[in-house]
Amino acid sequence: MEKGEAKSKKPPRLCCICNERRPVLKRAKTLQQICRECFYEEEIHQAIVKNRLFKSGERVAIGASGGKDSTVLAYVLSELNRRHSYGLDLFLLSIDEGITGYRDDSLETVKRNELQYGLPLQILSYKDLYGWTMDDIVKMIGLKNNCTFCGVFRRQALDRGAALLKVDKLVTGHNADDIAETVLLNILRGDIARLSRCTSITTGEDGPIPRCKPFKYTYEKEIVMYAYFKKLDYFSTECIYSPNAYRGFAREFIKDLERLRPRAILDIIKSGEDFRIATTTKMPEQGTCERCGYISSQKWCKACVLLDGLNRGLPKMGIGRARGGGVNGGDHKKETTVKTLESKQCGSLDF
Amino acid sequence: MQLTLEFGGGLELLCDSEKIHKVNVDLPNGVEELTMKDLLSWVRTNVIKERPEMFIKGDTVRPGVLVLVNDCDWELSGQLETTIEDKDVIVFISTLHGG
Repeated sequence: MEKGEAKSKKPPRLCCICNERRPVLKRAKTLQQICRECFYEEEIHQAIVKNRLFKSGERVAIGASGGKDSTVLAYVLSELNRRHSYGLDLFLLSIDEGITGYRDDSLETVKRNELQYGLPLQILSYKDLYGWTMDDIVKMIGLKNNCTFCGVFRRQALDRGAALLKVDKLVTGHNADDIAETVLLNILRGDIARLSRCTSITTGEDGPIPRCKPFKYTYEKEIVMYAYFKKLDYFSTECIYSPNAYRGFAREFIKDLERLRPRAILDIIKSGEDFRIATTTKMPEQGTCERCGYISSQKWCKACVLLDGLNRGLPKMGIGRARGGGVNGGDHKKETTVKTLESKQCGSLDF
Repeated sequence: MQLTLEFGGGLELLCDSEKIHKVNVDLPNGVEELTMKDLLSWVRTNVIKERPEMFIKGDTVRPGVLVLVNDCDWELSGQLETTIEDKDVIVFISTLHGG
């Protein structure tokens, strides 16, 4: 009967949780073998309850890109909202960066999700917010550092969208693998400010819109398997501008680590949570941007600096080593997104 | 033996954008059973049309690619040592893309 088990020369096992059905996967975290039905939703429910992520009656926007994480997030949240009566008003919020051949396709998926899950959708575009699409930006700056522009602009765009929808909270589908990669990236770059914030399950509580990541402890692999078993509709291609992204290296490394020791991912996150910064380290002070009022640790927030650079035809402004106000775009050794003490990006809402 | 192979998560782009492939695999000479290891190299030669490094790394699949044999994670059945039988359904899903 159990074809899977009969092949491996191990005795047939049953799901560790219900002891009734045959297991279909082994949880990397706990090495438990569990069946399709016991898998997953209740764990997210526990994470939500334990970390007190939501309050009844809140309006919550789900950052939806059409990819696997956000689709699963939308599905699980609306399911749990119903099953456990969270009393939440859920919305889908999508950002159109203007990347032809990638974002336009994935937006179609989000539109389908809107119908499938019955959640109202709001789409904001870079073109409307900033006057530039990613395609335009890449034409100007080339294929390096695109992720810097896109990431900075997207974070602000999400906040603007959340404000438009008048929501109390924003949730994103960042999973355990993403967070582990970010911890590593911040170590590699020496970005202490971000390192101290990036493992919090909820961030930005002192800013315009708090954000939380219910999938913080969920492995990417499990999200994909869940989507497969539930036959969820998602879009799966790599952004065409991302191949040179620095994060790609951290990702390769994490994937190789996961293969050798699956718990490594959770352990990296734990290390990140337990970091204590020496009291003698200078940390950036949080203020507001002089130009747009957005949260920032510098005079101007990073988005304004980048936008100014683009509009003035100085695309290197805000990238690489900056001296003083960061206006001298030509002074850089390499075109990397190295953040020095002088050129820290704007504040706590960055992940 | 007759097998059904499915590719997801972007891997279908490596095989002419076909998600499902019904294939007929012959056992290598002198071998009684087909293992996943054999199947992988067969797939690499006969099904993957471009960028094999996206699918295979060394002897096994690239880290980040999930393998399901009859809807069951191959880690439960021995990974590369899993034996394949006639009419089995094997699914390869890549997790390496934005979410």
